[in-house]
Amino acid sequence: MTINNYIVNIIDKGSAVMWKKYIKPYRYETIFGLFFKLVEAIFELFVPFIVSLIVDKGIQGGNRDYIIKMGLLLYGLAAIGYLFALVCQYFASKASQGFGTGVRRDMFAAINAYDYKNIDDIGTPSLITRLSHDVNQLQVAVAMGIRLASRSPIIIIGSLIMSFYINSQLAIIFVVCAPLLALSIYLVMKHSFPLYLKIQNQLDKVSLVTRENLSGMRVIRAFSMQSKEKQRFQDETSYLNALQVKVTKISALLNPSTTIIVNIAIIVILYVGGMKINVGQLSTGEVIALINYMNQILLSMIVFANVILIFNKASASYRRVEEVLAIEPEIEYGTTQLSLDSEECIRFSHVSFAYEQAQALSDVSFQVKRGQTIGIIGGTGSGKTSLVNLITRFYDPSDGEIDLFHHSIKEYTQEQLRDMIALVPQTAVLFKGTIKENLLWGKKDANEEDIERALEQAQAKEFVDLMEKGVDSELSQGGSNLSGGQRQRLTIARALIKNADILILDDSSSALDFVTESKLRKSLQELEQTTLIVSQRISSLQHADVILVLYHGKLVGQGTHYELLENCPVYQDIYVSQNKKEDQS
Amino acid sequence: MKKEPLKRLLKYCLPYKMHLVGIVILSSIQIIFTLLIPIYIGKAVDTMIGVDQVDFTLLIQRMICIGSFMLISALSEWCVLRLSNRLTYAITKDLRNDLLSHYIELPLKVVDQYANGDLISRVVNDIDLVGDGILQGFTHLFGGIATIIGTICFMLYINVTIAMIVILLTPLSLVVASVIASKTYKYFQIQLSIRGQLNGYVEEMVGHQKVIKAFGHEEENKEHFDELNEQLYRSGVKSQFFGALVNPSTRIVNSIVYASVAMGGALYVVSGNMSVGILTSFLSYANQYTKPFNEISGVFTELQTAVASAARVFELLDRHVEQEVDSPIQLEGVRGEITFDRVYFSYEKEQKLIEDFNLHVNPGQMVAIVGPTGCGKTTLINLLMRFYDTVSGTISIDGVPIQDISRHDLRSYYGMVLQESWLFTGTIRDNIAYGSQASEEEIIEAAKKAHAHNFIAQLKDGYDTFIHEDGGNLSQGQKQLLCISRIMLKNSPILILDEATSSIDTRTEKQIQDAFDVMMKGRTSFVVAHRLSTIRQADVILVMKDGHIIEKGTHDELLKQNGFYNQLYTSQFEKEKD
Repeated sequence: MTINNYIVNIIDKGSAVMWKKYIKPYRYETIFGLFFKLVEAIFELFVPFIVSLIVDKGIQGGNRDYIIKMGLLLYGLAAIGYLFALVCQYFASKASQGFGTGVRRDMFAAINAYDYKNIDDIGTPSLITRLSHDVNQLQVAVAMGIRLASRSPIIIIGSLIMSFYINSQLAIIFVVCAPLLALSIYLVMKHSFPLYLKIQNQLDKVSLVTRENLSGMRVIRAFSMQSKEKQRFQDETSYLNALQVKVTKISALLNPSTTIIVNIAIIVILYVGGMKINVGQLSTGEVIALINYMNQILLSMIVFANVILIFNKASASYRRVEEVLAIEPEIEYGTTQLSLDSEECIRFSHVSFAYEQAQALSDVSFQVKRGQTIGIIGGTGSGKTSLVNLITRFYDPSDGEIDLFHHSIKEYTQEQLRDMIALVPQTAVLFKGTIKENLLWGKKDANEEDIERALEQAQAKEFVDLMEKGVDSELSQGGSNLSGGQRQRLTIARALIKNADILILDDSSSALDFVTESKLRKSLQELEQTTLIVSQRISSLQHADVILVLYHGKLVGQGTHYELLENCPVYQDIYVSQNKKEDQS
Repeated sequence: MKKEPLKRLLKYCLPYKMHLVGIVILSSIQIIFTLLIPIYIGKAVDTMIGVDQVDFTLLIQRMICIGSFMLISALSEWCVLRLSNRLTYAITKDLRNDLLSHYIELPLKVVDQYANGDLISRVVNDIDLVGDGILQGFTHLFGGIATIIGTICFMLYINVTIAMIVILLTPLSLVVASVIASKTYKYFQIQLSIRGQLNGYVEEMVGHQKVIKAFGHEEENKEHFDELNEQLYRSGVKSQFFGALVNPSTRIVNSIVYASVAMGGALYVVSGNMSVGILTSFLSYANQYTKPFNEISGVFTELQTAVASAARVFELLDRHVEQEVDSPIQLEGVRGEITFDRVYFSYEKEQKLIEDFNLHVNPGQMVAIVGPTGCGKTTLINLLMRFYDTVSGTISIDGVPIQDISRHDLRSYYGMVLQESWLFTGTIRDNIAYGSQASEEEIIEAAKKAHAHNFIAQLKDGYDTFIHEDGGNLSQGQKQLLCISRIMLKNSPILILDEATSSIDTRTEKQIQDAFDVMMKGRTSFVVAHRLSTIRQADVILVMKDGHIIEKGTHDELLKQNGFYNQLYTSQFEKEKD
């Protein structure tokens, strides 16, 4: 890709909309910022001209008063320029930070509204970098745009104009030299950009190998493969080094080549200037001014090249941010509150469901009555969690109908649907804050009694009471200061406190020991709500009123434990594999 | 700034000392010739006094000088850039290789003290920052100081009075720079901490978006986020404003210097003590005068970060690697007899875990380890494999204390399947063959035994399927099957199976269990057990709780003891019964 493409990308129509939307609230700041920068740059352009006046009129004429007057003018220009720069800086900060804040706010809101599929598509780590790193890059680009991108072109164009004003023939040197400078900067950037991308990718590889070495620490040692791993790592770092050296071959050309161009121009100015002075067409001061303008053009070009670099980074970030904002959740909810007085709780009619690549459920039909306990069993990849995700409407089925309490699941409002289902997810997720705060997620206005009861039912009271501050104990991020089993029990308590119509436990007692699990099961049996228990272990759900047996996405059996033992081969297999040794002894 | 890490960084430069010498010489040349150019431009200006008073012979001479100085300086600058980049990248490469080679040999005891993310960021980010610091140090610090000294010398040489004006104004730029730096630092710290909070919050909330949706907690999250976002805005405006002050502030100092030179110099010229050309030279010096100051102050912040990063790298390099015995004993045909003799072990001194543990395992016997989650079952594995060493007491294999065997040999006696299946990026074939020169047939044979062959054969590329990071394209069960195939291939005399089947569906599990039974026949095995089937057939059962081994014996013995095992067993038995 060339720089041209990058620039086109930045100013293409789509992005203009976004820039407009988030810059607009700060349009006055942006305009003022640009204006003050403009004035400052113009003041700066006068400086070489004033110096030429000092030389020509002051020195040549021996006029001390004039020199002092012009000197004071230089001080004045510096002071006013500084003041204007500060004002510009202030507005640029306000506008760029405000821009970033707006983008972040809308991104977070957009992500909040995502459905599961949206999150799966982009992936969580990517969402996080987009929200932090990418927005930052955009913010920098806005600030730089106001502060530098406007200044450099003005200085370059201004210097050209001044050179014409001083002497139109010598100005031709400027007209030739400026594009040459731009060309050499362009060539260096064009050839080094792709290499920088390669370097970034290679750095990712280095960190990948590092990560693998950490996660596989024990296995690597068990196989005594350290030297192979070292070699693998060194191969990656050597390649990284080769790429880095390669890119400097090109990037190291930038400074020397631009200085050469400028100095050649200065030599030409000196010679032609000398000839013109000799015939009285030019003054010494004017030659000095021209040399200064030439130097200013060079400096501005280099600054401008850096701005382009920043914009280039930002344009990649911009695309990633825009993607987040553009995604619309596909699931639409109903608008009216529905009555739940039916005896039938859940009905699946010929439901099929597929993720992007893989069929997860095919033609599943069953119904559940209010108050029943349902067991769902099957191996990994049999579709257990998919089934749960459909009941909670995290996804919509690709085929078939799901009814809850005799209403299509699609007619419920999001709120009612959430309120009627309490879910204990497979991974025990807790949040930073106290235990109590975490439990209140289930029911915002829960009182002490509710909390106590939920903890007790979830078999969590015992260990919570042992903690120094009880329910007010602080959890660290992800609840990492608790054991897996403790976390699981708290997530169960969080769901129980909700006292919803339907309770779903998605394989959520796997980290519990035998004793605790059996106690938990007993306390769940006392609840009146419809309960769905997902598990791989027969022992966890054999008491259920109905057990659904899933196998590769198909419902291959439903009934009680004993019925299934009679007529469901898959269930029999599972049973045998989990009890084989007992029968023998 | 601590000096220690800097010194050690210099040691890393030593292999490249010729580069260093080259950089110093060439950049001195570059700076001298760059600084000579303004003088000769001034001299050229002096050749053109007025109408008919232009000395063209002299002018052309000056032009040739400017041209050749410019070529010399450009050429040496190019060399300096190439050399300093080469040097920097070579050093970062060496550092990275050293760091990884080092921590791969560190005792797990040490590695376990660091978070994974922390180690990765040391290898990747910290070393990058060190590299940036070195590069900036060479190009800007040395260059900047040399330029300042050079400029002052040249100015003093051509005219002392005007030079004094510039030198007297120098402290001004230093004061301005330090005032801004301290202000900026303060606001950046505040902003950094708010940004940290916001990122942490985003990570937690976006990471667990699914749970948030399940509990309908979006509104609260949004409010909290908006609040943090607003704080970030307010501090961001301040810190950005102050941070951006550096540029205009140094520019105004520069303008003051420039104006003073212009006015003072012009007055001096009028008094006839100096030529216009010399004034021109002075003006171009003055124009660039504060630039190196600016750069140096930037380098210092960068060097500070680099030194802090280097310290983190060296801290890790200073940890001692695992030591091997001088003349390790090599075992021939390991039988797999294992003895624990009065073994004491604890991770931390205050918390005693294993005390006076004795156990004798005959070749071919099976040891089951049971207990609630988090009871410390992996501790025993850590000791057997010498991931950790005992505090006192001996563990022996075939009568030889494991301390007398090299870790490499010792670990080769074991085949281990860990709780978490580990795969690396590479093909399935590479992953199964890991560490051996197995033939195609042997690999397939092992995969068949582990019941992995079927699913591998169904993949489009079969054994050549490329596994992405962490095996993201395989299911948990499939990953574990591959790890088991790997062990099947290894064919070790002693097996360690650590809850190996916990995430494989029950049908597959049964098949694997059969394969394990075959594999375990005639081999000593340690099995971290979940299920009654495994426990009952064990020759010895170790019952662990809270890191301690609280009971030891056969199934029947333990039942009779009526202790914790009995309780565990009956609770599960009950469950299966009722």
